[in-house]
This record gives sequence, C-alpha cells and structure tokens, in this order.
Amino acid sequence: MARFKGIIEVDTKRCKGCNLCVVACPLKLIELSPLVNRNGYNYAVQTDPEKCNGCSSCGIMCPDGCITVYRTKE
Amino acid sequence: MDEKTIKSPQNIVYQKPRLMNDTPMHYCPGCGHSIVHKLVAEILDEMGIEEKTIGVCPVGCAVFAYRYLDIDWIEAAHGRAPACASALKRLWPEHLVFTYQGDGDLACIGTGETIQTLNRGENITVIFINNAIYGMTGGQMAPTTLMGMKTSTCPYGRQADLHGFPLKISDIAATLEGTCYVTRQAVNTVGNIARAKKAIRQAFENSLQGRGSSLVEIVSTCSAGWKMTPVQSNQWLTENMLPYYPLGDLKNIKD
Ligand SMILES: Cc1ncc(C[n+]2csc(CCOP(=O)(O)OP(=O)(O)O)c2C)c(N)n1
Ligand code: SF4
Ligand code: SF4
Ligand code: SF4
Ligand SMILES: [Mg+2]
Repeated sequence: MARFKGIIEVDTKRCKGCNLCVVACPLKLIELSPLVNRNGYNYAVQTDPEKCNGCSSCGIMCPDGCITVYRTKE
Repeated sequence: MDEKTIKSPQNIVYQKPRLMNDTPMHYCPGCGHSIVHKLVAEILDEMGIEEKTIGVCPVGCAVFAYRYLDIDWIEAAHGRAPACASALKRLWPEHLVFTYQGDGDLACIGTGETIQTLNRGENITVIFINNAIYGMTGGQMAPTTLMGMKTSTCPYGRQADLHGFPLKISDIAATLEGTCYVTRQAVNTVGNIARAKKAIRQAFENSLQGRGSSLVEIVSTCSAGWKMTPVQSNQWLTENMLPYYPLGDLKNIKD
C-alpha cells in the first residue's frame, strides 16, 4: 500500500504562535519554539517530519496562512 | 526520501491562498476573522471570479480586510455595508457583491440595513462573523452576547432583565421572503472549516445566479475579548456558543 510522505514549511516571520496548528495536527508533530520571531511570538516548528503524512490539517487551521504543506507518495 | 525531494513545488497540497497577499494581518493570534479571510480568498480563486468581485468591509476588526485580499473592496460606514452592497449590485449586476460584517456591525448598529436588504432579496452574500462581542473597541457586550457571559460593559454577566436576550439574527433572516440561503457555520475545527467553505461557495453561487440574498453566519472566537487563549476560545465556543447558535442550514431554497 502506498503511504503518503509529507512535510510542512512554516513562515516563522508571519506566525503568531496561536497554537491552533499544534492542536489540529492529529499526529502531534508540531510544537511552539522556545525562540521568538521579531514580533515576539513563539513560532511553530515541526518536531518529527518523518512521521508527517501531509494531511494538511495544520495548514487549513492556521489563521494566518503560515503553513505550506507538501505531500508525495513514498 | 529526503526533505529536498518532498519540498518541490509540484508536491504542494496546501499553502496561503494566492489572493491573500503578504501584508501581515492585524488580527490577534488565532482570530476567526483570519480563517474566514482565507476561505474567501480560496473560493474566489477556485471560482475564477476575482476580477468581478466586490467586497464591502465593515467597521469592526475586519475594517482592514481590504488590505489582505487582492480583490476590489469598498469600505462602508458602521452597519451600512448591506446598503452599499445593494447599490453596488444594482449598478454592477454581473458582479459578485458580498459584505463581511461582525455581530456589532450587522446585528446592532446595522440591524435595519441587514433586515431590509435581506427582505428586498438583494442578490448579495452577507458573511456574518458572530463572536458575541464588540472585538475592535475592547470587548463590550453585543446583541449576540450569551446569557451570563461577561464583557467589559456587563462585568457581572449578561442578564435578561437588564440587557435582554441574545439576538439570533440568522433565525430572523430565515423567515424573510427575500433570503434563499441562510446557514450557520463555524471555523473551530478542520471539519467545520471545510463545511464553512462549502457554505460560502454556495452563497456566492446563489448571488451570481440571482436567487436572492444569502446569509452565512460564522460562529467565531475573539480570544482578546473573551480573555482566553485561542485554543481555550475554540473550546469555549464548542461548549457555550454552539448550544445556543447551533450549526447547519436554517433555510436553503435550491433553484
Ligand atoms: C457610528 C459608529 N458607532 C460606533 C463606532 C464604534 N465601533 C467601532 S467597531 C464597533 C463594534 C464592532 O463590533 P463587531 O461588529 O462585532 O466587530 P468585531 O470587532 O467583533 O469583529 C463599534 C461600536 C463607530 N466606529 N461608528
Ligand atoms: S500535514 Fe498533517 S501530519 Fe503533517 S504536520 Fe500538518 S497536521 Fe500534522
Ligand atoms: S496556526 Fe499558524 S500562526 Fe498559529 S502557531 Fe501555527 S503556524 Fe503559527
Ligand atoms: S479583538 Fe477579537 S475579533 Fe478583533 S482581532 Fe482580536 S481576537 Fe479577532
Ligand atoms: Mg463581534
């Protein structure tokens, strides 16, 4: 069975650290960085890209359109 | 497979919509307005009608919506967006004309315009962001504020004898002859975002086909006004807003 392989890219400058993508990821692969961007927001980072299947939940949920999702078949 | 191979443009399955520009949005982190802006941008792109669309901005937090989506916009005085939209649609009958309004704008100061426009059956779409509060001005009570809900102007919670009852404007709209589609949606979960998108698209199609007025209420959050984190706000919305403002179509007259 073909398995989907995904990865996300976060626009860390635009991110507002709202945490909604963290909660939206069914596999819990996102967390907020202890570091902040120039606006003082703890931006989102993907912790375990190997496990991401590119389902796009995080991207759809991100209010500010900061997440680009890539998906391909393994 | 390495990161570089996956991250090639043909593998993109989700990204910021093309019609949403790079201007940073002034909305608070996690604000529902931003999610609905994204949906509008995606739908207009998918329908291929960006050149024949005019949005009408409200007064309220969405007052600057025109900065973020690259379509034609006009700014209306507080509550007057439906009146502006009526005129625009009559002058440009081939265009998609929609208003984008908060609950203070649509259900308080502009109640008259809202009801009369929908009752005339103007061929426009009204997108109504119901966050049960006046977000922009610092979290005052709105007509839509829930019973017992605390705001800066009802610090002990909304009481019926003092403040009346939360106004279900969509339920009123559904009784009007001029409306063809009245629906209540939310953007608190990925599934609800998908349903809200479908609803806004249907409303836009109704408007283009001249079927009458469409109203899409989006039950939304205002973490700043509610004094919660965005995640807590979505939870609060699920537990408190949705029982009073249940989701689904209130009216849907097809053809
Ligand atoms: C004629 C007039 N009255 C009052 C105001 C002050 N005012 C600005 S925004 C607003 C309420 C906005 O609330 P809402 O429509 O719910 O939008 P939100 O910010 O919650 O999205 C008020 C009362 C104004 N700008 N103009
Ligand atoms: S694409 Fe899906 S699995 Fe991957 S990080 Fe986003 S929500 Fe998680
Ligand atoms: S949802 Fe978007 S803005 Fe919020 S933390 Fe995630 S990437 Fe940042
Ligand atoms: S005040 Fe409320 S409605 Fe306005 S941007 Fe902030 S969260 Fe959104
Ligand atoms: Mg409001």
